[in-house]
Amino acid sequence: MLIGLIPLFPLAGFIINGLVGKKISKSASGIIACGAILAAFIFAAVSFLQMKNSGGNGITVHWFNWIESGNFEVPFALLFDPLSGLFTLIITGVGFLIHVYSTAYMKEDEGFSRFFTYLNLFVFFMLLLVLGNNYTIMFVGWEGVGLCSYLLIGFWFKNHEYNLAANKAFVMNRIGDLGFLLGMILMYVTFGSTAFSEVFNRVPVAKESAVTAISLLLFIGAMGKSAQIPLYTWLPDAMAGPTPVSALIHAATMVTAGVYMVVRSNIFYSVSHTASLVVAVVGACSALLAATIGLLQNDIKKILAYSTVSQLGLMFLALGAGAYSSAVFHVTTHAFFKALLFLGAGSVIHALHHEQDIRKMGGLKKSLPVTFLTMLIGTIAISGVPPLSGFFSKDEMLGRVYEYSPALWFIGSLTSMLTAFYMFRMMLLVFWGNFRGSKEQKHHLHESPKAMTIPLIILAVLAALGGCLGLPEAFGFSNWMQENLDPLILRKNPSILSHATEYRLMGIAVLAALSVIYFAWMLYVKNNVLPAKSENELKGWQKIIANKFYVDELYDKLFKKPLDLLSQALHLFFDIQLLNGIVDGFGDLVRFIAVQIRKLQTGHIGYYLAVMVIGLIVLIFTGMKI
Amino acid sequence: MLTGLLIIFPLLASLMLFLLKGEQVKKIALTFAVAEFILTLAIYAGYTAEASNPNFSLHCTWVKSLGIHFSVGMDGISLLLALLTNLLVPIILLSSFSSPSQQRPSSFYALILMMQGALIGVFTANDGFLFYVFWELALIPIYFICLLWGGENRAKITFKFFVYTLLGSLSMLIALIVLYQHTGADTGIKSWEISDLYTAGHLLNPKQQSVIFWMMFFAFAVKMPVFPFHTWQPDTYFTSPTQGTMLLSGIMLKMGTFGLLKWLLPMTPVALAEWGPLAAGLSITGIIYASCIALAQKNFKRLIAYSSIAHVGFIAAGILSANQQGMQGAVMQMLAHGVYVVGLFFIADILMRHFKTMEIEGLGGIRNLHPRFALFFLVILLGSIALPLTQGFIGEFLLMNGIYKMSAWGAAIAGLSVILGAVYMLRSYRKMMLGPSPTSAVTIQLSTEEKAILVIISGIILIFGIYPKPISDLAEPAVQLLIQNMK
Repeated sequence: MLIGLIPLFPLAGFIINGLVGKKISKSASGIIACGAILAAFIFAAVSFLQMKNSGGNGITVHWFNWIESGNFEVPFALLFDPLSGLFTLIITGVGFLIHVYSTAYMKEDEGFSRFFTYLNLFVFFMLLLVLGNNYTIMFVGWEGVGLCSYLLIGFWFKNHEYNLAANKAFVMNRIGDLGFLLGMILMYVTFGSTAFSEVFNRVPVAKESAVTAISLLLFIGAMGKSAQIPLYTWLPDAMAGPTPVSALIHAATMVTAGVYMVVRSNIFYSVSHTASLVVAVVGACSALLAATIGLLQNDIKKILAYSTVSQLGLMFLALGAGAYSSAVFHVTTHAFFKALLFLGAGSVIHALHHEQDIRKMGGLKKSLPVTFLTMLIGTIAISGVPPLSGFFSKDEMLGRVYEYSPALWFIGSLTSMLTAFYMFRMMLLVFWGNFRGSKEQKHHLHESPKAMTIPLIILAVLAALGGCLGLPEAFGFSNWMQENLDPLILRKNPSILSHATEYRLMGIAVLAALSVIYFAWMLYVKNNVLPAKSENELKGWQKIIANKFYVDELYDKLFKKPLDLLSQALHLFFDIQLLNGIVDGFGDLVRFIAVQIRKLQTGHIGYYLAVMVIGLIVLIFTGMKI
Repeated sequence: MLTGLLIIFPLLASLMLFLLKGEQVKKIALTFAVAEFILTLAIYAGYTAEASNPNFSLHCTWVKSLGIHFSVGMDGISLLLALLTNLLVPIILLSSFSSPSQQRPSSFYALILMMQGALIGVFTANDGFLFYVFWELALIPIYFICLLWGGENRAKITFKFFVYTLLGSLSMLIALIVLYQHTGADTGIKSWEISDLYTAGHLLNPKQQSVIFWMMFFAFAVKMPVFPFHTWQPDTYFTSPTQGTMLLSGIMLKMGTFGLLKWLLPMTPVALAEWGPLAAGLSITGIIYASCIALAQKNFKRLIAYSSIAHVGFIAAGILSANQQGMQGAVMQMLAHGVYVVGLFFIADILMRHFKTMEIEGLGGIRNLHPRFALFFLVILLGSIALPLTQGFIGEFLLMNGIYKMSAWGAAIAGLSVILGAVYMLRSYRKMMLGPSPTSAVTIQLSTEEKAILVIISGIILIFGIYPKPISDLAEPAVQLLIQNMK
């Protein structure tokens, strides 16, 4: 019973704020929105504990039959199991903290209640996405979060650039969604259902080509939603939205939907080695590419955005290697430290009155102590330094990748090193050195209010201790995350890595991270190196990286321009000239013939008599009998 | 009996309106239309889906020597389309209240009600000749509505529309006569009854079936319209008065898809198997073709016109896939399309009245003036791009499933409209609604009627997107019956 209510709280919050949000005070509107998420979190926590205590592996709640057509049926039903339960906890838990933070961050905004309306709607759809007991309901959430993402990226709709970013996000997500949709339809044609319970049982006995096709089509959906190559370019632009949105949607929850989907469909990817190889390679390439671009970004939010693409890439790399529970572990820790980093960045931006360029920051340690300390914890966590959470989850993933393919492990490790570098580059440039902003800004520097710092502190604690959720067995611990998800991983492939190898891999990773951090320290603190003032000063590979490998420009030339040209050509030439011309020509032809025939009717009796005589003669000579 | 009343009532009301004069006529027209809708609801309440025969049938002899009967009745699909028609007509009437009053209002409203009666006749006729009569009867009022109250160049454009669809109707009439000639093979009594025509069609040899198939397909393809028979449509939609465009796109277009579903598919099964994929191919080509052209449109009304060609192509392809999901999806999408396309044209009308333009580039930042208007627009727009939990999704999802069963590539290509639709719809929304406040000092005031229409349309889009069961309960068995008739 409790489970059915979980998504209804944010839905109720959405409806109340949507209907009366403008008429009630900002604080009332904020309380409704935060309360809805908190209630959902409490219900989720209670349900999760109940499920664990009773030893059950999933509770289904059937609402009603949604789509019915012959042998095709889709119930509107929810499934609360260890996987969806964990995601529900992350979504509502981290979501609640971000909601609280937003009440202060958005305080001055005229669209305050509208912001919370969208945010609650987002949580509703995100919960549907993870709680649906079949792929069709997952798809409802999948497109629903895309809509909310669109609405929130373009939240400040007076800004032309932001609106473009919102449109881009929606369209790129729709490209992925089409893949998901086709995958789902192929699934129905193959298995006669899209319900997890029915489909998964039949996957091992299905044709492998069909399984591969379904897996790849679904993965196209994941590429869009989780911003992987080639559909990643919307995520950096999506930073146009208010910062809490970036933290909630574009870091902690929505973008991890692809990971959720692959973990949920693990039997598909275990059966199809082709599909899992594609997942691993796409993940590895996205991880490395985004980390490389992150090296030279100067917008604090864009650095974090590329970092998100890169971290998600690592998760997909792990998924491809079959390390499903490790990827979920990293989703969890990443939700903690990336939400923390985004909210910290928001706190910095707030203090500097909407300045996002790290070249105009510096030396903020003293004026923003809480923000500084919490962000430092987040940065250490993401860089993979023990004993913070990121170390455990990343190490577990890379260990499994090493088993799968040492070459891909190398790419993953290289990405981790780059991550440590660009993250510390950001930290050092923002918090160390001298302040490089205006006097006006310096005068107004202030630590953020409690509603913002408390969520930061809680997330910092989680980012620090989150590793406890999956302590490595190599050290003699029992890995909670693995045991939790074990019933859902339908084809087991336990790690066979020796402890000695594991220690060695860990050692390499930690050493690499520490030396990179030291290098960054020497560069940006000891030698006070500053990023180039403008792109024109950059040369060679730096210029290419700073321009993000010109991928946006490439897409423009390859897809947007030709499509516009095609549509113009079809419209002006083919439709108006040719097709319409043929139809009109047909009409003209009829009229022409009519005019010719009309000429026969001259009205002169002599003419008619002459024609009649000629006719008779012709008839007689041709021998016809009248 | 009630079905007959449903047809006769608006026709009588129409006659009465012709005789009236003055401004009050629109309120009287609306009263009649609402009464008609309530009558339809009563029929819905009394309808039982289990019965294999049509409910509420009326069967009287018309011309005995030729086997023509006034035979009408309700199956699930007829009832749904009657509900759609009789829901949309009051909305369409109401939508005219805010416009400056028409010249000769009594004729204008009388023609709309006459059209309503004819449409109900088309959707409920069970006699081939009667079907043809209503089919032509429906053309007359819309021709005059477009001709007398239309915009620029209306005479030429309307004439083309009239001749083109008339040509289609003639082709259908000939096909029906041929079928009629083949009825009564066992009894010796010729008949226009639909079931007898089905039987006659099944007995034809493959070549004859093919000829019948294409002659009738041509009629329906022009009406919908399906590529490449669509060239009359953008101009006609553009020039017609808003109410005319709504009637054409919201309801009249469904005559074509309905004809395909009920009067063609079960008629010639062999030809369907042979030629169905080609006809579906044309429809699918039209989806992409029209979506691409919609991208190039600078005028919002024309954009909706082209997007409508794309959507109807989807419906036609689903019907031609001739399986449960494709056909049921088509029925559900016909209803969804009727609602959101009327909504979109209404939005265009509101924009036109306030800003005197529908050029997308000439508008901008309207959301600043009236956030709620922008919200309604967004809901209707999302319905048109088939976002889940809108009515459009259910239909489109089933259509995709149905088309996939016929051809995986067909479904993939048709599916591209999922992307293209989002591109052109969101682009125009961004340009017209978003951005900084417009510099001109225009304000938007929505009247009570306008608000009511927007609420009803958005409400339907959401309610039946979340809970489509009332619709699928009617559509599912009716489609099953059609599939049985195809064997």
